[in-house]
Amino acid sequence: MQATSDEVLIGRIANGDRLAMQVLYARYHVRIFRFVVRMVRDESTAEDLISEVFLDVWRQAGRFEGRSAVSTWMLSIARFKALSALRRRPEQELDVEAAEAIEDTADDPHTALEKKDKGAILRKCLTGLSAEHREIIDLVYYHEKSVEEVAEIVGIPENTVKTRMFYARKRLAELLKAEGIERGWP
Amino acid sequence: MNAIKEPERHEIEALLPWHAAGTLSRRDADRVERALAGDHELARRYDLVREELAETIHLNETLGAPSARCMEKLFAAIDAEEARAPRRQRAFDLGGRISEFLSGFAPRTLAWSATAAAVAILVQAAVITTVVVREHGAPGNYEVASVPSDGSYVVVRFAPQATATEITNFLGAYKATLVEGPMRSGGSLYRLRLSETKLPRSDVDRIVHRMQEESKVVAFIAAAD
Repeated sequence: MQATSDEVLIGRIANGDRLAMQVLYARYHVRIFRFVVRMVRDESTAEDLISEVFLDVWRQAGRFEGRSAVSTWMLSIARFKALSALRRRPEQELDVEAAEAIEDTADDPHTALEKKDKGAILRKCLTGLSAEHREIIDLVYYHEKSVEEVAEIVGIPENTVKTRMFYARKRLAELLKAEGIERGWP
Repeated sequence: MNAIKEPERHEIEALLPWHAAGTLSRRDADRVERALAGDHELARRYDLVREELAETIHLNETLGAPSARCMEKLFAAIDAEEARAPRRQRAFDLGGRISEFLSGFAPRTLAWSATAAAVAILVQAAVITTVVVREHGAPGNYEVASVPSDGSYVVVRFAPQATATEITNFLGAYKATLVEGPMRSGGSLYRLRLSETKLPRSDVDRIVHRMQEESKVVAFIAAAD
């Protein structure tokens, strides 16, 4: 049996169908939450933002024109909310967070290699990327967004999407190298 | 042996993350596949991309999920919103519909001439009237659309050059609801509700004063009963 399409759900939500809202929520809340939590690095803030994202979906469903996928539209809303929350966050807090992120990736190579788990080191380095680079890596690899969709969500040209992805991967390679993993690229 | 020339190789390499995620078009995916088949170094780099993909998924899957509190909060907010302003009569929807209609008819460039400004007023009136009449279910007699007596109101004439987006943003910024208009046939005055409860006159005056300063959107405004 085929699930109701996202577009159909949005149409029903526009007419005030709460059940359709529940279905859409069940379908996407985890992914949207993970996208937001990777941006704001705080689960409690992310939870608050998720409610706001879906409330906006409820309010704006009547204006959804279907020019992009529903998930792309929702990620755009989520990104906007997350960035607004980050702007509200005291600078001091951001400094501490940045310091923690740097510290997190700065284990000496021997300690890292002792883990003998390349995957774990790679994940650690993914966490150590800048917010901009984390975002694009997540959108492409985890949220399965095309070049065009990433461009729409992030609000940058398609060529910039490719360039940013390249530099995100390059930075990841540098972090891996610092952890003792040489990949021979770039 | 590299079968592909450098510029194309570079271009294809940039597509590898999307190829791994399966989000390329069929055409691009075929291009990448052909390139991978004939280029060992590119194939090796593709393996690196696949590693990154796998670990990004792994990392995200360990992030957990929001608590049930999140959903409860959402639906409580929806309930509160619906209780305050049932969906069929919500100003937000009205604004959206005005926006859709006007966006096709009142581009800012048109509004620079006096003629176009006059046309813009007529279009605004026609569109907003159509929407209001439909909302209130009183075709042909929009002046008698039922307006609740509680609350605080103003009467406004929108500036002819105001675009749909500006009007929508203006209504949103002041949380104002368009409840009636045009006030008389062929007119261009609209009645806005500022609040569902009666505000002190000084508060209304202060809001009117602030609205008056939005000269790009508002041509005339006054407090109303």
